[in-house]
Amino acid sequence: MSDQAISIIFFVLIIALTLGITVWASRKNKSTSDHYVAGGEIKGWQNGLAISGDYLSAASFLGIAGAISLTGFSGFYLSIGFLVAYLVVLLLVAEPLRNLGKYTFADMLASRFNKSSVRSAAALSTIAISMFYMVAQLNGAGALIELLLGINYTLSVIVIGILMTFYIVAGGMVATTWIQIVKAVLLIAGTLTLSFLVLAQPSIGFNPINLFNEVDSQIGSDMVVPPPPAGLVAGLDVISLNIALVLGTAGLPHILIRFLTVPDAKTARSSIVTATWIIGLFYLLTPVLGYGAALFVGQDAIAKQNPAGNTAAPQLAEALGGPIFFAFISAVAFATIVAVVAGLVVAASSAFAHDFYSNVIRGGEASEQEQLRAARFTAVGISILAILLAIPAASLNVAFLVALAFAVAASANVPVILLTIFWQRFNTTGAVTGILVGLISCIVLIILSPNVMTGPNPEPPLTPIIPIEAPFPFVYPALFSVPLGFLGCYLGTLLGGRGAEREREQGVQVSYDEIRVRSLTGISNIEQEIHEATPQEEPRTT
Amino acid sequence: MERQDEWIRVERTSAFKELVQKRKAFIIPATIFFLVFYFGLPFLTAFTTVLDANVIGAINLAYIYAFAQFVMTWVLMHIYVSRANRWDDLVDRARREAAEGDETSDTDGAGRSE
Repeated sequence: MSDQAISIIFFVLIIALTLGITVWASRKNKSTSDHYVAGGEIKGWQNGLAISGDYLSAASFLGIAGAISLTGFSGFYLSIGFLVAYLVVLLLVAEPLRNLGKYTFADMLASRFNKSSVRSAAALSTIAISMFYMVAQLNGAGALIELLLGINYTLSVIVIGILMTFYIVAGGMVATTWIQIVKAVLLIAGTLTLSFLVLAQPSIGFNPINLFNEVDSQIGSDMVVPPPPAGLVAGLDVISLNIALVLGTAGLPHILIRFLTVPDAKTARSSIVTATWIIGLFYLLTPVLGYGAALFVGQDAIAKQNPAGNTAAPQLAEALGGPIFFAFISAVAFATIVAVVAGLVVAASSAFAHDFYSNVIRGGEASEQEQLRAARFTAVGISILAILLAIPAASLNVAFLVALAFAVAASANVPVILLTIFWQRFNTTGAVTGILVGLISCIVLIILSPNVMTGPNPEPPLTPIIPIEAPFPFVYPALFSVPLGFLGCYLGTLLGGRGAEREREQGVQVSYDEIRVRSLTGISNIEQEIHEATPQEEPRTT
Repeated sequence: MERQDEWIRVERTSAFKELVQKRKAFIIPATIFFLVFYFGLPFLTAFTTVLDANVIGAINLAYIYAFAQFVMTWVLMHIYVSRANRWDDLVDRARREAAEGDETSDTDGAGRSE
């Protein structure tokens, strides 16, 4: 049997498995609450695995390994930032979000600001971030399928697009949660096996230090030491990348939505512990994958297959484990992409259907059935748009694209989330301007940067989409767009004219006392929860 | 009684005040610490070469610093979770204290209306 036939058989098996889960789960997918957040009944360890599944995307498995294999240390920044980000999530965001939110992160903002403009802005940023992230995943999928089956990039992007749409429309959140869990287990198993094979090579002899020594002597010390200081702009760009990485996770809609699938703050907490261990161990192995690929596949062979290095990990599997293991790793990567994209579509379509269609257009009047139908139509629409955007992005590194999605999340969502929880004077105008200023400044800076226009330095190595000199010299915008997001919140609050107290009197804003108590205690229905503790006899008035 | 006052009553319980104070006392220094520790690495690598020195074979200080961030994340996470699990008792106490306060004020109200 040819190598390609083996690949195809494994493919069919994995796809059959995930679709089987979807069909099984879809029978349980009855209400809107099931569709959005799996009825809020996911257990802590399950949710931890699902968070890991959502988080360890093509960017981690394909992108970081590829970046380390081609550029060395600077690729490892992504691993560190993606992990430390969980401290921001755990210490500052997860529990208040769990206590205040319902289905989407916009619900959490709406628990304080009772205005449709806040919901609309939050829905807009959710869709924008999910779109960036999805384009990155589809880009990885295209590179992978091109390597594996020899079919071209455009066609494989379309195939994945159709698959993921089927997932969401049929299964909703219950199905995507289970797909994340299955995929997280497969991905960890695949990564451990691949790392084991690298470390088992005679020149390494199960000593990770030898891996670094080999890279140092065979390829060059510049693959192990950090890139030398290259002036102020380049230095600040590194800082800018790291700002996006460490703050971005706390603003990613598809990760935030995971804290709403658990029954209480304690479960949210324990799911982060599980997730952080799995994610951390995975990232700790990324240098083994990246350096392993550089040594045993060769940088020339990696760059020849994909100039951004997106196929380094599967190529490594082929070089060390033969055709069957190559097929397995590729199938795992494929499942990873489909699962992550599914999670993103759920987040984006929930944002549109729940926050925009149901609460803004229909004024909260839409029935469950209508909402579910709107969510499904949106899922289809969003998928089509992402497919169209992913086709011209063929030559970019997946991790680089995801880093931009993190920058958008850090700029548009993180300031408003933090200030909603912690700032007493915050008001509706501040929330709306904060989201819009962060979102728009981040996207405008990306367009004006060497990502899109001609830049002075060769990184990233791509042909400019707009062939004029970039006025903004930084590749990563977060250094400027995150402070702008906070500034937007602050100035909006000042210029809004109405203080938090006046907004409360007019019923536009809930009192900060309530937000403070709710976010810290999880009490949501105060009359019931406090009074039921000591049953009172109400004076009768008949 | 206005809904607003009920939240304020929870806020005024000694357990809630203790909860707020304990969370602040941990979260503010911990956040400052991990952000400084985190940004130390990109600052030092982007503007200096002090981390280029090899420590064990070809593993240099920059990688040691990077691995230390993993350890830092896991350790800080477990410290936070063990504290937060204890703080949950304060939440329960705040509920009880608010409910007890509720009892006294409501019996007063009921007494007057009769």
